[in-house]
Amino acid sequence: MNYDQLLNPEVLNIQPSGIRRFFDLAETMSEVISLGVGEPDFPTPWQIRKAGIQSLEAGKTRYTSNSGLQSLRETVADYLERKYQLTYDPLQEILITVGGSEAIDGFIRAVVAPGDEVIIPQPSYVCYEPITRLAGGVPVIIETKAEDQFKLTPEALKAAITPKTKALILPYPCNPTGAIMEKEDLEKIAKVLRGTDILVLSDEIYAELTFGGKSHVSIASLPDMKERTVVVNGFSKAFSMTGWRMGYACGPQEILAQITKIHQFAIMCAPTTSQYAAIVAMTECDEIVAEMAEEYDMRRRLIVDGFNRLGLTCRDPKGAFYAFPCIEKTGLTSEEFCQKLLESKHVAVVPGPAFGKGGEGFVRASYCYSTDHIKEALKRIGEFLEELNR
Amino acid sequence: MKLKLLKLLYKNSRLSLEEMATMLGAETKAVAAAIDEMEKEGVIRGYKAVIDWERVDNTNVSALIELKVTPKAALGFEEVAETVSKYPEVESVYLMSGGYDLTVIVKGKSFHDVAKFVAKELATMENVTSTATHFVLRRYKESDIQLCDRNSDDRGLYSL
Repeated sequence: MNYDQLLNPEVLNIQPSGIRRFFDLAETMSEVISLGVGEPDFPTPWQIRKAGIQSLEAGKTRYTSNSGLQSLRETVADYLERKYQLTYDPLQEILITVGGSEAIDGFIRAVVAPGDEVIIPQPSYVCYEPITRLAGGVPVIIETKAEDQFKLTPEALKAAITPKTKALILPYPCNPTGAIMEKEDLEKIAKVLRGTDILVLSDEIYAELTFGGKSHVSIASLPDMKERTVVVNGFSKAFSMTGWRMGYACGPQEILAQITKIHQFAIMCAPTTSQYAAIVAMTECDEIVAEMAEEYDMRRRLIVDGFNRLGLTCRDPKGAFYAFPCIEKTGLTSEEFCQKLLESKHVAVVPGPAFGKGGEGFVRASYCYSTDHIKEALKRIGEFLEELNR
Repeated sequence: MKLKLLKLLYKNSRLSLEEMATMLGAETKAVAAAIDEMEKEGVIRGYKAVIDWERVDNTNVSALIELKVTPKAALGFEEVAETVSKYPEVESVYLMSGGYDLTVIVKGKSFHDVAKFVAKELATMENVTSTATHFVLRRYKESDIQLCDRNSDDRGLYSL
């Protein structure tokens, strides 16, 4: 059979994630010290795991309503109000999804028609562009700049808007750059968007992880923005619940009803066990989440200081759990740097261009690792740089 | 800063002053001074490694002894507790609420060793009215560190 002719050309044209390619290489090597993973090293807090176990013991093993348990949606509504001053009706404006990923996919499929343009700031998480293409949309990339702390500027946004613009993706706090958008930054973006018909997908999966006393602000909390914004968030990063696959989308009922239809036919409902556990995560874990955030903050300082000492300029990431040092002065491309570092010192970091062309000259180093692990990785990177200079 | 510093030291006292200062966002000098001060004040009592002795073919045993004590009029339990604390065989001493008064953790080379120490030294002590000895069979967690797991990172390289 000639599969190339059989399969959907849109899908065939999608490249697998650049991270994946790099990890496959790392997996062929032994004793790799990785700073690659975008996944918390803390196990899911015990009380959350216990809630999952108890729900199983009580036999809560059936489908929930398509939108998710009502008690969980109410919990999410309370949580968003308490944390980010966002008010959503748990019955009509909140959908529980399989990770934040499904919420992103659902939003894009619900709003993008063939030919619609979706503005995506990069470097950013890898899924927005392929999902837009699958929906027949046209990704319009804005390359954010190091000198702007990788923030989205109103000038760049204005320049990218055309009559075909359907939506803007707002991925902050940002994987991989660690950039955040503060309230005044968001105000400027909101000013550009008010009075237009452009929708916003605000991917706030790292909202709990902001540092330096700057709490996360959601663009949906600004005047006139809620009506055009779908907020996506989830439990993976804040509560160390990656494997539970729990996320949610919140937004105007008119949009959520459409996303819910897609969810209904494609997914049915998010995993029931995870939904019961998620209620406990949002109601009983403030203290432990704060402790984890504090630990990330200390590691963040250690790794940023380490890169700067090695001469690899590293801005202070204000959110998420990645450092994004500049490796330009080595004279290597990001890909070469990562490959050589992996081969000679068995240290895995991810090349910046895996997150968009604008990532060239940078690498992503996750600090979801113990201090000893980070210190060892930095030591090896130091040796690597010395050998390069020889 | 002091409380955060103590938490950091409690978790890992082998970090360098510079590393701790970086992690806390403080000056190295300030960290050194704070540690100095807390050592002098007796807040920091020492620095030790947490060791799983079972892994080094160690045959030592330890036991938790419940001690019932008649308190002295003026000194309460202090005098007995301090006397008990002086024995090198004694690892920890706690004053308890509930059915008995002092918990004493005793270590020795063998069950016989510990039993002999309890019978000869603790049970015969003035004001001690009874003892109950519970031998430790296995340690699963010590000073916040789990001894039963291998401490391995089981995350796969799957995230994007």
